[in-house]
Amino acid sequence: MTVMTGTKPLACGVGGGLEPPLAILAELTHRCPLACPYCSNPLELEAQSRELDTATWKRVLDEAAEMGVLQVHFSGGEPLLRRDIEELITHASGAGLYVNLITSAAALDRARIERLRDAGLHHIQISFQDTEAKEADRIAGFPSGHERKLKAAREVVAAGVALTVNAVIQRSNIDHAEAFIDLALELGAGRIEIANVQYYGWALLNRPALMPTREQLIRMDEKIRARLPSLKGRLVVDYVVPDYYARRPKACMGGWGRRFMNITPSGKVLPCHAAETIPNLAFETVKDRSLAEIWTDGPAFAAYRGTAWMPEPCQGCEFKEVDWGGCRCQALAIAGDASATDPICERSDKHALVAELAERDSTAGQAITYRGYVTRK
Amino acid sequence: MSEAAPITEEANLRLAPGVMLRQDRTRGSWVLMAPERVLVLDEIALEVVRACAQGKASVSEGIDALSQSFDAPRSDITSDVLDLLTDLRNRGFLVS
Ligand code: SF4
Ligand code: SF4
Repeated sequence: MTVMTGTKPLACGVGGGLEPPLAILAELTHRCPLACPYCSNPLELEAQSRELDTATWKRVLDEAAEMGVLQVHFSGGEPLLRRDIEELITHASGAGLYVNLITSAAALDRARIERLRDAGLHHIQISFQDTEAKEADRIAGFPSGHERKLKAAREVVAAGVALTVNAVIQRSNIDHAEAFIDLALELGAGRIEIANVQYYGWALLNRPALMPTREQLIRMDEKIRARLPSLKGRLVVDYVVPDYYARRPKACMGGWGRRFMNITPSGKVLPCHAAETIPNLAFETVKDRSLAEIWTDGPAFAAYRGTAWMPEPCQGCEFKEVDWGGCRCQALAIAGDASATDPICERSDKHALVAELAERDSTAGQAITYRGYVTRK
Repeated sequence: MSEAAPITEEANLRLAPGVMLRQDRTRGSWVLMAPERVLVLDEIALEVVRACAQGKASVSEGIDALSQSFDAPRSDITSDVLDLLTDLRNRGFLVS
């Protein structure tokens, strides 16, 4: 989520100089017909019986709008599996929120799209696994899924709803990164996310099957950058450069507890979708306290907010309020310590480890493990 | 393909699909809301968007209106307005 340099900075706050978050990601369910091996859902998927009910989600949406949240992303899993999705969209939109639906589009026909649109939906994001059907279906673990997605995407545009194509890039499709751009143009999407897989959850488990090689990345990067100027005014491109071969980390989530809240199907409120991998962090749920209270002084949000928690070399670094020390979950996954400097950073003493891991995994040739409630091989 | 041409006075502009002009009461500003993006508008940008990019008037008519409401000669403001509109179009907030 980006806030662009208008001429005025976003000021004001929930209290104590703290700004309210700009967006919430509402993970309505972990259920999904697809089985993507890079799914960012946790390995322990939440059962349907533990999902929040409609009334609770509505209260949460009201609390979000009230505290100054501008956008809600309904996500999952597959949010369309919730029977109350139209009702929740109507409610969110009525509360003044910008409503985005992140869907696999495996079961999205014209009638449904129109119902969603009329309920107040502003934007739909559909993920694609490849530009070629056979390969896309193999990655998603869902026969004929690609065909259905294409059809749904065309219907979305025809129904007058804004569309983002989400291209999830990994080793087997990275050479098609440019073809994804052509696909987005052909479908009439207004925006494309070229998002290299982030290695959390199922993706971390599958890293040896998904990590591209350095040569692949360089090739893709050159091609994409060459295309960007001609796309101005035609297609908005959000290009997420892969971490593992970078020299400086990204400001994960725009900084811990600065822009964003993630709410899980059972109502846990997280600073980022992978935060549950960090041991000893206590997460509150929307049943415990209001969103604003959790945001303001919830222990999980306070843990890595700002710069006070930072060790060296971050503490004395001129970039500490630019990247906020990078990603905590990545620090944990690679350096074994969630409060370490993100090892993606070349100033981290663990930085050499990242390149080593990436090179090793990129040539590992491991079979993929599909996501699921029971791990399938 | 080369870059899209700059916006001219003849253009008819509207907000791109999925883009909304909205008041952000909490932060006391007007914003253009787009998927995953929020653009905070200052007072002038807000007036330009209202006058020239709502699909109701051509850019040229919009500049006439701005010239009146800001009591500024048309020739003084035209190129700034066109630059701003071109920038917003290039960033995907407006379409013609
Ligand atoms: S990444 Fe794939 S499996 Fe995971 S929620 Fe999205 S579509 Fe479903
Ligand atoms: S040392 Fe820390 S703050 Fe500095 S660039 Fe690296 S991660 Fe960012």
